[in-house]
Amino acid sequence: MRDAYAWVAIGVIVVASTTGDVLLSHAMKKVGDVSELWKQHGLLQVVNRVLTTPTFILGVMAFAVAFYSLLFGLSWGDLSLVAPASASLTFVSNAVAARIFLHERVGRRRWIAALLVAGGVALMAV
Amino acid sequence: MTFRKYLVLAGVTVFSAAGDSLLARGMKQSGSVSPHDLSSLILTILNPWVVAGIVLLLAFFASYSSALSWADLTYVLPASSLGYVLVAFAGRFVFHEQISVTRWLGIALITAGVGFVAVGPSVTPKLERPEPSADAASQEVRS
Repeated sequence: MRDAYAWVAIGVIVVASTTGDVLLSHAMKKVGDVSELWKQHGLLQVVNRVLTTPTFILGVMAFAVAFYSLLFGLSWGDLSLVAPASASLTFVSNAVAARIFLHERVGRRRWIAALLVAGGVALMAV
Repeated sequence: MTFRKYLVLAGVTVFSAAGDSLLARGMKQSGSVSPHDLSSLILTILNPWVVAGIVLLLAFFASYSSALSWADLTYVLPASSLGYVLVAFAGRFVFHEQISVTRWLGIALITAGVGFVAVGPSVTPKLERPEPSADAASQEVRS
């Protein structure tokens, strides 16, 4: 039963951190290349622009949800299950979400990379 | 990709690895945190390892966000996973920990995955309004 709770936590972590990554990526693409902006308008203007982008704030909130579910997950399941399982699955779900929501061209090269990294992260924890 | 952009990606990797390690070290020192005991939470937050870890994780978030302003999510994410490899190498060569065969295999897979992405372009034209791929290639050269 504890295992089932741990997997629920893993599911919530994966969904929340994927949502956070997609929102953050969307926000930063909207803000534009920050090094160019920094050169033209100064750092304060860049920070102001990032913090007033709604999807940035939503992304940070999604990361907060992921962080707290990780804490809950760690109290229900083993560190050696929850942390690597959620990190590993997030690489795959992010590739899918980037293709669907960010319209990124996830070519064969990037699919292979996502799967290799996911497998590698899972193995690192064994 | 300019040298400065590679520096930002290196920052993503190093800050996340160092931040996670310092935070983990601090959390182990101060013991478990329970929501019912506020004093333990304050003690944890004041632990110098935890403070240093949080500062580095903020630096990670800043470099991660700035990388996402000019590169695809599917490009930046594998790059950030090199942090796991860094932590393992630090464990092996700085703290002289033993690393099992499966962990070495994991390191090899992650490194191969990052290599697969790093060879390709950092930004790809969006699917909705496809641009000629020559345009993307010239953009890559200019940046």
